[in-house]
Amino acid sequence: MLKIKNLYSSINNTLIIKNLNLKINNGEIHILMGPNGSGKSTLSYIITGKPKYKINKGKIIFCKKIINTLSPDKISKLGIFLSFQNPIEIDGITMFNFFKNIKKKNNLKKIYKLCKILNIDKKDLYRFFNLGFSGGEKKKNEILQMLILKPKFIILDEIDSGLDIDTIKLLFKIIKHYLKNNPKCSLLIITHNTNIIKYIIPNRVHIIYNGSIILSGNSELIYRIEKNGYYSLIKKKHNDK
Amino acid sequence: MNKNIKKSLKKNKYNYGFYTKIKSKTFPLGLNSKIIKRISKIKNEPEWMTTLRLKSYYYWKKNKKKYPEWANLQYKKLNFNKISYFSGIKNKKDKRIIKTFDKLGLPINKRNNTVSIDYVFDSISINTTYNKILKKHGIIFCSISEAIIKYQKLIKKYLGSVVPYYDNFYSSLNTAVFSDGSFCYIPKGIKCPIDLSTYFRINNGKIGQFERTLIIVDEGGSVSYLEGCTAPIRQNNQLHAAVVELIALKNSKIKYSTVQNWYPGDKNGKGGIYNFVTKRGICKKKSKISWIQVETGSSVTWKYPSCILEGDNSIGEFRSISLSKNYQQIDTGSKMIHIGKNTSSLIISKGISTNYSKNTYRGLVKICKSAKNSKNYTQCDSLLIGNKCSTYTYPNIISMNKTSKIEHESTISKIEEEQIFYCNQRGISKEKAMAIIVSGFSYNIITKLPLEFALEAKELLNIELENSVG
Repeated sequence: MLKIKNLYSSINNTLIIKNLNLKINNGEIHILMGPNGSGKSTLSYIITGKPKYKINKGKIIFCKKIINTLSPDKISKLGIFLSFQNPIEIDGITMFNFFKNIKKKNNLKKIYKLCKILNIDKKDLYRFFNLGFSGGEKKKNEILQMLILKPKFIILDEIDSGLDIDTIKLLFKIIKHYLKNNPKCSLLIITHNTNIIKYIIPNRVHIIYNGSIILSGNSELIYRIEKNGYYSLIKKKHNDK
Repeated sequence: MNKNIKKSLKKNKYNYGFYTKIKSKTFPLGLNSKIIKRISKIKNEPEWMTTLRLKSYYYWKKNKKKYPEWANLQYKKLNFNKISYFSGIKNKKDKRIIKTFDKLGLPINKRNNTVSIDYVFDSISINTTYNKILKKHGIIFCSISEAIIKYQKLIKKYLGSVVPYYDNFYSSLNTAVFSDGSFCYIPKGIKCPIDLSTYFRINNGKIGQFERTLIIVDEGGSVSYLEGCTAPIRQNNQLHAAVVELIALKNSKIKYSTVQNWYPGDKNGKGGIYNFVTKRGICKKKSKISWIQVETGSSVTWKYPSCILEGDNSIGEFRSISLSKNYQQIDTGSKMIHIGKNTSSLIISKGISTNYSKNTYRGLVKICKSAKNSKNYTQCDSLLIGNKCSTYTYPNIISMNKTSKIEHESTISKIEEEQIFYCNQRGISKEKAMAIIVSGFSYNIITKLPLEFALEAKELLNIELENSVG
């Protein structure tokens, strides 16, 4: 589904992604981990085409199509969805109004149904977009939009940060249910929290450091991170070289 | 607005820029007492009116050097001898006029149940619809020319009572040469059942349009009035100098909405209307005046709709959205003069600047000694798009007593890349994303407009923006 080949990318002439390779097949769940500032969120922005980032070298291929030259709205339309770590607020635009803009055929009944699943108060649809929402409400709004847009490929950037345990559980239950109904859909989870394994079992785990993926493995890798921390793994890798 | 209009606007065209070829009587260029007498004569005005015009003219001539230059505007000084001060079509029933207004989306003959419209074409009022229904309630709504002849008592009492001819440079000029405009009188206790509206169209190339509007609402009455404006595309700059006076007597209410969309000039700032307007209302006891304006047109705008809160417990409101693009310059705001006790005023001004344009808020809140326990709340928000435009705020606040409360809030923001990217990530294009953010920014003004106008204003803001991305 998604293939990243020898990717080099920079922002303001500073190289931040260096020779990064990643392959995610249909229906797979991948977890991308790494210490703060290693380039996790950056990678999600580059995949989704954020204009600030320049691709110096390499390719991003999605469903056999090179996407690194496309504008972010076109990339979104291909079926890539990013759940933001810090979703923005828009004053004067209600949630429902915004939803009408992301999908033309929006059925109010259907949105009400989705709200019920997500435990969102119907009245919230008439509040201004994310304005005065709590962290949990904002993240629920992200997942609500995911369910509206029905993407083929989902990136969750720090979905679990700052949420209470019940909300995390609820969100992962919904995400897993979505994947079950859309078996071809793939998922990339970005986190630095090893607890993630309690909620979802990945096919692959990658460690990103200094702009490249230095170690990949199965879910067992998470336990190693939890036990030893990132730096011992990074150091070991360096010594192996 | 139909799809074709949208399409042409997308190509950065001003859609109302067509010219109607029509036989009209246009005065020679320049201004002198002869011209003024001719204007007065052509309109069959009573003598006192001619005298008032001449008085204003001499005053204007005497003070010609006091050309107002204090505004935050840069433009070529006008040559008042290169303007024609009157252009009237020969036949009011000419089919081409009906066609013109049809083309502008305001058919004269097609009945619209919610609005009565007065159509002003260059210097003349063409037709006022729905007069019969209004007459039933004793409401007078006609052109000011007609009113000067038919309702002399009211005109003599109120014309120039809020904006006297000696008020400012353009009010002197306007009083001397004003050609037409609307007059409205709402009798005691009558709530006007339909919206009243005037549509101004400048057609002729060298004419200056000097509209004069007077609205009087008697005790306990209320009215909602709408004003719209367009002009053809021309290379040269044209002058529009209007005076609007509102009189709200005891317990009455006036809501005055404007969507100003005069030709704004081309991409390089050539041509366009100079819009120099004096709008002011007086509030008697417990009355209320609300000004709502959406300013998207004109190359230069100079306009400060104001309220004199003379009566106790009266209320003045001003809500404005101004959108400037290319090389447009807008200097707008409001004046709230508190005289009566317990008076309150509200100013909400939202400016959106794009390209190379300049958008200024200028305001005065003056609470006189007599205005005990008065309140004002002012909010000025500016939104910048791109990095070559500019925005300015000049608030002037004067309080002369200790029991009043004044609040001023002001923000300047840029559309953030993060917001645009977020919308993009949801499949919304950059242009659409900007439109969404701007419409959110203007939300609490647009929602105050009468419904039909609100839709038009919203479309206008959206379309105008589609061209300013980049």
